Amino acid sequence: MENSVRIKVGLASCGIAAGGLDVLEKVENFLKEHDVDAQLEHTGCIGMCYAEVLMEIDDEEFGSTMYGYLNAADIDDILNAHFVEKKPLTDHIIFSDKLGGEEKVILDYQTRIVLRNCGVIDPESIDEYIERGGYEALQKVLKDMSPVDVIEEIKESGLRGRGGAGFPTGLKWQFAYNNYADKKYVICNADEGDPGAFMDRSVLEGDPHAVLEGMLIGAYAIGSDTGFIYCRAEYPLAVKRLRIAIEKAKEKGFLGSNIMGSDFNFDLTVYEGAGAFVCGEETALMCSIEGKRGMPTLRPPYPAESGLWGKPTNINNVETYSNVAWIIRNGAKKYAEFGTEKSKGTKVFALTGKIKNGGLVEVPMGMTLRDVIYKVGGGIIEDRKFKAVQLGGPSGGCIPESLLDTPVDYDSLTKTGAIMGSGGMVVMDDTTCMVDMARFFLNFTQDESCGKCTFCRIGTKRMLEILNRITQGKGEPGDIEILEDLSRKTIKGSLCGLGQTAPNPVLTTIKYFRDEYEAHINDKTCPAGVCKDLIKYLIIEDKCIGCGACKRACPVDAITGEKKEVHAINQDICTKCGACMTACKFDAVEKL
Amino acid sequence: MAESDFDKIDAVLHEFEGRKGSLIPILQKTQAQLGFLSKEAMKYISEKTKIPVSEIYGVTTFYTQFRMHPIGKNIIRICHGTACHVADAPEISEALYEELKVEPGGTTKDMKFTVEEVACLGCCSLAPVIMVNDKAYGRLTPSKIKDILAQY
Repeated sequence: MENSVRIKVGLASCGIAAGGLDVLEKVENFLKEHDVDAQLEHTGCIGMCYAEVLMEIDDEEFGSTMYGYLNAADIDDILNAHFVEKKPLTDHIIFSDKLGGEEKVILDYQTRIVLRNCGVIDPESIDEYIERGGYEALQKVLKDMSPVDVIEEIKESGLRGRGGAGFPTGLKWQFAYNNYADKKYVICNADEGDPGAFMDRSVLEGDPHAVLEGMLIGAYAIGSDTGFIYCRAEYPLAVKRLRIAIEKAKEKGFLGSNIMGSDFNFDLTVYEGAGAFVCGEETALMCSIEGKRGMPTLRPPYPAESGLWGKPTNINNVETYSNVAWIIRNGAKKYAEFGTEKSKGTKVFALTGKIKNGGLVEVPMGMTLRDVIYKVGGGIIEDRKFKAVQLGGPSGGCIPESLLDTPVDYDSLTKTGAIMGSGGMVVMDDTTCMVDMARFFLNFTQDESCGKCTFCRIGTKRMLEILNRITQGKGEPGDIEILEDLSRKTIKGSLCGLGQTAPNPVLTTIKYFRDEYEAHINDKTCPAGVCKDLIKYLIIEDKCIGCGACKRACPVDAITGEKKEVHAINQDICTKCGACMTACKFDAVEKL
Repeated sequence: MAESDFDKIDAVLHEFEGRKGSLIPILQKTQAQLGFLSKEAMKYISEKTKIPVSEIYGVTTFYTQFRMHPIGKNIIRICHGTACHVADAPEISEALYEELKVEPGGTTKDMKFTVEEVACLGCCSLAPVIMVNDKAYGRLTPSKIKDILAQY
């Protein structure tokens, strides 16, 4: 039954967006035409998103060979060289067992617990999950462990909530366990809303059963028989794969009544969100499942006491649940070997922005930001100058170069004014304007504020207006102080995490990049050259040869000049799109 | 609303009968069937479910997924996530609005395209990204927009 040759194509959302399905079709055709006996499989996110489309060929001859940067057009040549001529095209190889390739290093720095199966198994096959030890933890729990044993084990592992705040998971389960009720619920928060973050999506698409198994164990521990996965509507593939996983788990008797012959029953439903960032907040999320507007409510009572429909409820996020089965199977002690004293285990990050090897990475807690960016991520694109790294999305902050040796753990990151957050890590170079960045995040939170608390609703609006003014060159002395004051009040006057953290991007950029704010306000300049009202494009007379390339590229006809004569840009018409600068082959266009 | 539209809503309501808290999935499925949620549709759902129409309107306006106006044949979602923003997503937006002559959130006169800006499509390593219906286009530059639109 088993084929000795296995081919896997990475088909998470990124892979598909990069043309993965076309590649798959080409591979299928090639195998048929050349009568190659190989097992062709789909798999989830392999993690090296920058090199999509990715394909791994595993055979006796060459061992494991990972091909990257693929186009459908290259496939015939690559497969022909690999299978027919037996001389693989090394240009397309990212890394391999026998043929070299430097990118392997990226994986060497990582510790894959949550991503243990991502990019390895076919996420739509429960058998492949089981083959790699899947559902063994559930069996162990049901056979040999009491709910209290499970809770103690999770407590001992030191696992903390991976949604951002970092509350100890075992303790959360303990609270839900302690509350007696006729009905309890387990919820998985898969409403990953931070712009620039896709960790949960990748896990759901790449290893859905790990989430299911974690939820099952959690449900057993607290004594619940009903669960919901609240998944973001923008993730259709994740929803599809979750539904398949649930169906298959039911067939195997891992979901439903008398699971694995025990008296434990558990039913699970996928609930699709309808597009509201605030629903990532647990009380708002529960309102949404109840069919209402997703507005946060006052805590206490915490969900462990009175959650969904007033019943004790345990909510964890995708990554947290994905750790659970590994901990049970390998033991809490083994897990606690990774990480720092107060932050155990690993953390998954979506490494994006101006980074060479952007993608999904999992590193042990305690690694420094510098190592994550330069060793795992390969450094900045075009080796430009690093300016800041943004952690935690709209709730987080920007960390400057001077703090790059901060270790990745909850407490150290909080000290910088940023937060661990759910795992978005956006790297910025000297072409990113920090005032514009603050404005970008505030625009987002202002838009997503549910409107319940005054300071979150109006405070963020006023702050955004000030930031808009500053980036338009209309900043006034005193603006920075007003921003700081409004920030403090918004933090104090908001009920939920959204409002309490919304000012973080503003506060951290003021703290670490105050000079950029001052340049915008006092000198009316944007040092990074981003804010359109503060820059202008000029033609350098000495360099212009009058070729007319810029004139043709200009979408608004702002450039004049005869052939072979120096051209000029009419500043009144110019929309500052930069097309002339891109078009000029002689570096004769400058940005001031 | 046409007679057949009422039938479609009836079918959706039937599916969720007796399940508590199903207003959002009901609205999602109705919108998937009819393209948008008209006043008439909301009133009808209210009559049938006994949920006050004010509450239905409240939910509809709260979540960005729900639309109260007809949309174009193709939906273009422009990603404005952090990674896309850093990778000049605003220029992609401008190129699209310029090409289609629409405002953000608007629909072209020929009802062919509706353009929406969304927070994050989650394909950050391909930034900047747009999605036309269910197909994502990554690593974009403003000059690629015309060719993409021509495919629809």
